[in-house]
Amino acid sequence: MNKQIQFTLNGARVGRDVPNHRLLLDLLRDEIGVTGTKEGCGTGDCGACTVFLNGKPVNSCLILSAELDGVDIVTIEGLKIGPELHPIQKAFIQDGGAQCGYCTPGMLMMSKALLDENLNPTEEEIRYALSGNLCRCTGYAKIIQAVQDAAAMLRK
Amino acid sequence: MKRTEPFDFYQPATLAEASRLLKDNGPGGRFLAGGTDLVIAMKEKGLLPKYIVDLKRLPGLNSIRVNGDGSLGIGALTTMYTIETSPVVKQKYPFLAQSAAEVGSIQIRNRATVGGNMANATPSADVAPSLIALNATAKIASAGGERTMPMEDFFRGPGQNAMDADEILTEITIPKTGPQLVGEYIKFSPRDMMDLAYIGVSVAYDFAGDKKCSGVRIVLGAVAPTPIRARNSEALLEGKILTEELAAQVGDEAARESKPISDVRSSADYRRAMVGVMTKRAILNAAVGPAKSWVDRRDRRY
Repeated sequence: MNKQIQFTLNGARVGRDVPNHRLLLDLLRDEIGVTGTKEGCGTGDCGACTVFLNGKPVNSCLILSAELDGVDIVTIEGLKIGPELHPIQKAFIQDGGAQCGYCTPGMLMMSKALLDENLNPTEEEIRYALSGNLCRCTGYAKIIQAVQDAAAMLRK
Repeated sequence: MKRTEPFDFYQPATLAEASRLLKDNGPGGRFLAGGTDLVIAMKEKGLLPKYIVDLKRLPGLNSIRVNGDGSLGIGALTTMYTIETSPVVKQKYPFLAQSAAEVGSIQIRNRATVGGNMANATPSADVAPSLIALNATAKIASAGGERTMPMEDFFRGPGQNAMDADEILTEITIPKTGPQLVGEYIKFSPRDMMDLAYIGVSVAYDFAGDKKCSGVRIVLGAVAPTPIRARNSEALLEGKILTEELAAQVGDEAARESKPISDVRSSADYRRAMVGVMTKRAILNAAVGPAKSWVDRRDRRY
């Protein structure tokens, strides 16, 4: 009921013997100790656990460790560029795009997914991209502002 | 949130091997595709599979291709996000792309597969009405061979499909359609996103220059144990010139044909009334052309 898996996590090779049923989220947080990724609802509704799997944003609370052999995972810890914060992180700080901060890792990852494809998103497009990320502080206005400002920084 | 219990886990490399695993290991096994239904059922609803057979390593099942005869093959492991953003789907069947876009969030749609969604046979599954409206067929394989069946016959009840335990849905095929095909899917739900449908209505028909409708298909989701065709409503519109009054009559007929239940999400009476309204609007919207954005898609439901 265990499986030997190898994958990349934020650019580094990881090899583990994991129980088949261990969730990716728990593998990251409890076994590897990379705790930036958060658990909100646990059922794929809130987006707090968003990570990139093979370059695509997914809910890590719905992925079994046994599925991970050979994949590439990037978490919020892998967002910064060298020692520098990513422009999306800078924009969230500058604009107050985080209140309690619990949804923030997921919001940042999903914003990155959007801006990777579209550096000129409209407000409509930002709302669409972030529709699977809930902020219970309801700080959406500043989050949208932060994504727009991050887009402007990235366009330069 | 509860955690899942231990289970055996297989990642077969061929279809025959995957099918045999279910046959040889007996009851209690589940196929896994994207996991966005299965893992939730294990965490939230106490589902305890003895073993899981992950289909994601099977080759050749995760792409969309146009066949020589003009039909479109959608591999069962194609994700909802791939369907939503596929240039060929958007160009030929914009309402199918739109149906896929109604499922969950982008994170969910990056995992959820069309095959998994169909095999789960949820009555409210958003792409099912549109696939039935497009006369799609299911390609089903097992170690014993392959068979096809209309998607219309694929659903047998909530969570029940027409496949045996060791059979695997491998592809959904949409037969060739003409350039005059128009369609619309309306998901009617209280929230704009991240919600299940109170009702779903998919309408497809050929719309000629003289505004005559032919080859009409009207399919309703979430108002019966399976997605259903509203055949009397289709017949009312067939061969007729589209008017707002006729669309309203067809909608009324669709409401009569629906068999909704009352549950925590909505009453049967309300669902039936909304089938009438949304069928009318789906017919009229289809004639106008695809929605330009999600805001347009939302606003033109009302």
